[in-house]
Amino acid sequence: MKIEGKKAIWKDYQKEIADDKFYYVRSCVRQNFFPGSETAFLKIMRDELKKDVYEHPCHTTCTGIGYHSDIVPVETTMTVVARQFAIMTEAGYENLLPSCITSFGLYTEILDTWHHFPEVEEKVRQQLKKATGREFLIPKNLAHASDVIYKFRKEIAAKAKYKLINKNTGEPLKVVDHIGCHYAKMFPSKGVGGAEYPYVLTGMIEEWGGQIVDYPERRHCCGFGFRQYLVQANRGFSVACSKEKFESMKPFKPDMIITNCPGCPMFLDRWQYVINEMEGKRYGQNGEGIPVFTYEEVAGLVLGYDPWDLGLQMHQTDCEPVLDKIGIEYSPEDKYKTEVNAVYSKSHNLINV
Amino acid sequence: MSKQVIIIGGGVAGLEAAGQLSKAGIEVSLIEKENKTGGHLNKWYKLFPDRRNSSEVKEYLDGITHHDGIKLLTNTTIEKFNRNKSHFSIITNEGKELTADAIVVATGFDLFKSARKEEYGYGIYDNVITSTDLEEMFRKGKIVLSNGNVPKTIGIVHCVGSRDEKVGNLYCSKLCCVTAVKQAIEIREHLPESKVFCFYMDMRMGGAFYEELYREAQEEWGVNFIRGKVSEAGEAIDNKLIIKVEDTLAGRPLKMEVDLLVLMAGMEMSEGGKKIAKMGGLNTGENRFFAVADHHYGSNRSNIKGVFYAGTCTAPMSITETISHARAAVSEVMDYLKNERK
Repeated sequence: MKIEGKKAIWKDYQKEIADDKFYYVRSCVRQNFFPGSETAFLKIMRDELKKDVYEHPCHTTCTGIGYHSDIVPVETTMTVVARQFAIMTEAGYENLLPSCITSFGLYTEILDTWHHFPEVEEKVRQQLKKATGREFLIPKNLAHASDVIYKFRKEIAAKAKYKLINKNTGEPLKVVDHIGCHYAKMFPSKGVGGAEYPYVLTGMIEEWGGQIVDYPERRHCCGFGFRQYLVQANRGFSVACSKEKFESMKPFKPDMIITNCPGCPMFLDRWQYVINEMEGKRYGQNGEGIPVFTYEEVAGLVLGYDPWDLGLQMHQTDCEPVLDKIGIEYSPEDKYKTEVNAVYSKSHNLINV
Repeated sequence: MSKQVIIIGGGVAGLEAAGQLSKAGIEVSLIEKENKTGGHLNKWYKLFPDRRNSSEVKEYLDGITHHDGIKLLTNTTIEKFNRNKSHFSIITNEGKELTADAIVVATGFDLFKSARKEEYGYGIYDNVITSTDLEEMFRKGKIVLSNGNVPKTIGIVHCVGSRDEKVGNLYCSKLCCVTAVKQAIEIREHLPESKVFCFYMDMRMGGAFYEELYREAQEEWGVNFIRGKVSEAGEAIDNKLIIKVEDTLAGRPLKMEVDLLVLMAGMEMSEGGKKIAKMGGLNTGENRFFAVADHHYGSNRSNIKGVFYAGTCTAPMSITETISHARAAVSEVMDYLKNERK
C-alpha cells in the first residue's frame, strides 16, 4: 500500500465547507437508531466550537427513503425539499447542514438537477408557491455534518481528553471506516476524498490518533441497501452483505468501525449480533464483536463525554472493549441510567438554545 | 535554395517523416522534447503481432534519419509558433528561432494515466502495474512482485481509459487488446507455471495477424479470456489483490484473487500536442486529438495551410499505421511545397 497514491487522490477531492452559521436538519431514523449522536453533535458545535447552529421545528422528512424506494415521486420530493429550503431562507440561514447521508445525497442530487434543468427548478418553485405561498433561495453551502466535524477535526483534537490509542500497547487503534453510499458514490466531487478512497472519516481518525484499515471489501454495501432491508423477503441478503464485509476485515483485526450514515452503523452493529445468534460467530478479538460508532460518538469519546450520555448503551455490539483499550472511564452500573448521571443539561436536547 | 520543414516530435512518426523528407532533398529540423528520439518505442520490449524486438524498428528509424539534411534538436520544446504568410517561425525553449516553409506535427500520444481509474488502485496497491511497467519488466527479464516473489496468477484489464465515458474517453484505443494478448503470451513464456486471465469488453483484433495471435494465446499458451469489466481491486492482508468482475458470458459476478494486475492503459492526446494546438490555433476533435481536415482523404491536413499531421497525434495507431501515415504526410508536404504554397 502506497499512501502517496491516496494522498494524490485526496488532493483532487476537496470541497468547500462553511465555517459558521449552519442550518441543521436532523435525520428521520438516526434519532431512533443512535439517539445520542445528533445531541452530541450539537453540543460539540455549540459548546466546544462555539458555532451558530440553528434548527427549525417545522423541518420534516426529506422523503429520501421513500424516493429511493420508488414510493414518493421525484416531483413531490423536490417540492418537499424546496419547502425545507424556504424555511431555511425564512430563518435567515444559507449553510445547509444535514445530519443524514441520504438527505445530503438527495439535496445534492436535486441541486445538480436544477443546475442542469432550470425549467424543473422553476416548476418546483411554482408548485411550492401554489401549495404553501413560500419562496426560497438556493443554499450557499451544503455540507454533511461529517464534513463539518472533519473540517474542525484539529480543533477537536486540541480539546481531546483521549486519543484513539491502545493504552496498554501505545499502538494506534485499527479503525475500519465506512461512508454512506449517498455521501460520495453519486457525486464523488461532493465528498471529502471522493468515493473510492474517501478521506472524511479517515481524516478524523488520523487526527485523533487512530490508524485506518484498508481491506478488500471496504467499498462493499453495509447491508442497508433500501431494497434489501425495506423488503422483508430480502433481509437475508442484507445480512449476507454485512457478513461479506466482516469476513473481509477480520484478518486485519480492527478495533472498531466508524461510519457517517444513518443505516451503516445500524446494520454493521445489529447484524453482528444477528450473525452471532445465527452462527455463533464473532469478528472481533477475544471472542468479542467489533464495536461500531457514528463519527459524533467517536468525537464525543475523544472529547471525554460519558459513553452513556452518547447513547452507546443502545449499541447491540458492546462498545466496552474499545473503551477499555483507550482507557475511557465509565461506570458499568450506570449503563442504562442515562437520566440519573446525564452530563448534558436538558437544554441541549432542545432546539435553538 | 532547398525547402525547409520543421517536424515537431521525434517518435516513430516524426522520425519516419524526417527520413522521407530528407531523402527528397528537404532540409528538416526535428524537434524532440526528450534527450533522445524514439518516443514510446524506447519503452517497448517486443512488438505485436510477430513479437520482433522493438530495437529492430528503432534501428531502421535511426538508419533513415542518419542524414545530413536533418538537424536534430533534443531537449527542445516550442514556446512560440508564428505564421507569416507562407512562412512559419518557431521559438524554442532556448530562445532559438527556427523558420520553415511547412510544419509536420508528430507529437504522438500520452498513455492514459491509470491512477485516474481510482477503483483499480494504480499507484496505491503495490502490485497493480500498467502495460508499460510490464514491458519494463520484460526488458529486464524479471517479472516480480513488489516483495520480489514471482507472480503465479496474473490478471490483465483491457480498456483502461478507453471506451469509458466516466473518464471522458468514448473512443477505442484499438491496440490495447492486441497488446494484452501479446503480453499474456510473453508472461506465459517467461513464467510457464503462471496462470493469466484477460478481462475484456470486446476483443478488437482488427489488424493483420492479430486474430491469429489471439488464437495462439488460447490454444498454445492457455491464456484465459473472460468477457467482463473489472469493477474494482482491493488488497488483502497477504498483499494479494482481490478483484471483482462481471463475467458477462457466464452471466454472474466473479471475485478472484490475483498476484499481479496489469492495466492496459489507452492512448490520449499528448500534453505536448495540446500545447501546440493552443499555440498554433490548430483544431482538436471531441476526442481531444488533432482534428484532421478530412477523415477519408485529408487525414494529414490540418485547418492551417502548411501544417500537417503525422501519426498518433490524430488518433490511436499501430506502428505500422503510424509509419504509413507519416509517409502520407510527407507526400502531402511535397505536394504543398511544389504546387500549393504561394
